[in-house]
Amino acid sequence: MSTTAGSRDRGELLKNGAIQLMLALNAVIMIYPLFVMVISSFKTNAEIFSSPFAMPSSFSLTNAERVWTETNFVRYLANSVGITTVAVALILLFSTMAAYAIARYRFRLSALVLMFFLSGMTVPLKLAIIPLFIQLDTLGLVDSYAGLVLVYVAMGIPSAVFIMTGFLRTLPRELEESARMDGASEFRIMRSIMLPLARPALVIVAIQNAVPIWNDFFFPLVLITSDNLKTLPQGLTVFVGEFTTDWGVLFTGLTLAALPITLVYIVLSKQFISGITQGAVK
Amino acid sequence: MNIGRRHTAKAFPWRRSLWIASLLTPALVVMVLFVLWPLLSAFRLAFYEFNGLQPTGFVGFENFRKVLFETPYSDWTYNALKHNIIAFVALMVFENGTAFLLAYALLKALPGHRIHQVIVFLPVVLSAVIVGFLWKLFLHPLFGLVNQTLALVGIGAIPWLGNESTALGSILFANIWHWLGFPTLVLLAGMQRVSKEVIEAARLDGAGDYVLMTRIIWPLIAPSVTIVTILTFIGSFNWFEIPYVMAGLTGSPGGATDVLGLYFYRTAFGSTTTGIQDFGQGSALAVMMFIIVAGVTAIALRYLRRREIEL
Repeated sequence: MSTTAGSRDRGELLKNGAIQLMLALNAVIMIYPLFVMVISSFKTNAEIFSSPFAMPSSFSLTNAERVWTETNFVRYLANSVGITTVAVALILLFSTMAAYAIARYRFRLSALVLMFFLSGMTVPLKLAIIPLFIQLDTLGLVDSYAGLVLVYVAMGIPSAVFIMTGFLRTLPRELEESARMDGASEFRIMRSIMLPLARPALVIVAIQNAVPIWNDFFFPLVLITSDNLKTLPQGLTVFVGEFTTDWGVLFTGLTLAALPITLVYIVLSKQFISGITQGAVK
Repeated sequence: MNIGRRHTAKAFPWRRSLWIASLLTPALVVMVLFVLWPLLSAFRLAFYEFNGLQPTGFVGFENFRKVLFETPYSDWTYNALKHNIIAFVALMVFENGTAFLLAYALLKALPGHRIHQVIVFLPVVLSAVIVGFLWKLFLHPLFGLVNQTLALVGIGAIPWLGNESTALGSILFANIWHWLGFPTLVLLAGMQRVSKEVIEAARLDGAGDYVLMTRIIWPLIAPSVTIVTILTFIGSFNWFEIPYVMAGLTGSPGGATDVLGLYFYRTAFGSTTTGIQDFGQGSALAVMMFIIVAGVTAIALRYLRRREIEL
């Protein structure tokens, strides 16, 4: 009896060891390329080519300085920050307003309006890029911040309305009823009573939208042509074209481009994971 | 209970309607202008001939006939389509297969499992442009990390992205590295919903890991598998960024990595070399891609849902 239990324990131990080994191997495959990217950003070309695995001979910031001064990197970075911030803010604003109307009031067509928003979740907007381009061209919004932001807002609204409606519906009626009895205006009820309670859902919606917008390459590629309006992922393609042979600078550019979102991810990994997998995980 | 609300509604019905309407208007306007209208136009424009940005005349199914049956367009279409299908199959086997094993390993909740979740998901938050360029550098025939590593064990320099037989596989590898964390954590979430009692009961009946995985967990996570399969399909047929960054607009070398997304972009917005731009044919391609994705998704959803119910 005790021997079988002992051998089972040993078997379990062996199995767990194998699992840990597999996870460790996977972690190396995930992390090592990023590690090489970061250490290469401190190296000169000669160092990268001759000793790719070694640590840099010095942590010199020459490459970073060149990226900062010789390229439009800072401009791309600022554009990405601005476009992402404004787009996410508008998605939150418009979707919360619409979701609030759908979730908290009974009116004719309310089911139809919700259906309309939900059907937008299934539309791959990329495939409608030709008419979208013509539409923005007619409005004079091609090659402008506004055009790009509006496309992102349109893309973000459907799922944001879906999440916010679901969440706002769960808030108890009594809260708003008693405020209404006290004579509070509908706007005040929304602004001061209901929305503060919706903060957790707003965070999820913000992350779910901010990450793909921050990382997007397709829409700027089609819609933006002026170098001064380009976003970070789009700017990277320009930058790589200019420094094809200067690998130290290339690795520095990639490292700097990956840095902001990586730092935020490390701090908010839980929210990132639930925000991005939201929709696939019920 | 409802007095307050009825009171305001009755006293100022127009005020209430106006308030509701003003809440809905911004979102509706944006959706109509930038989703509904472009989408409806996309179907219409596929039947028109274009001169630059302007549709010049109705041509029926001419655009579809060209991209499907007229060389060289049809050759490009089928060549690209073939690569999308290869990508889907490869991602299902290698990406989702690995993800399933990793999810099962994480399910055990051994020490460090939380860190491993954060690590496997890290590349997912990076832009495909960063990932694509990073692996393009690593796959460089002479100075890339991959060949430098292989040289240590005496394997000669392989031109991963320059060789027709290895280019698509190399790009798929970069894609898997980028996205692996997503199916892993979706499947893990599915596995975590399988009740502890069911697993305990199976264990008491003497089920080992293999039996537990194939007979209990696999059937019970069917909903997650459905979602992952469909998202993989949609992703494979909208695939654009990583091929664009790693293999360029023409799917080099010699179209060995061309996919529908690249071909569509070249047709609609002009390749860098020819500069030809055709919104009519581009729209036809977009409509076909839309039909493939929507059609297959609908059928798959039905079929896979039925499987879920049977189990």
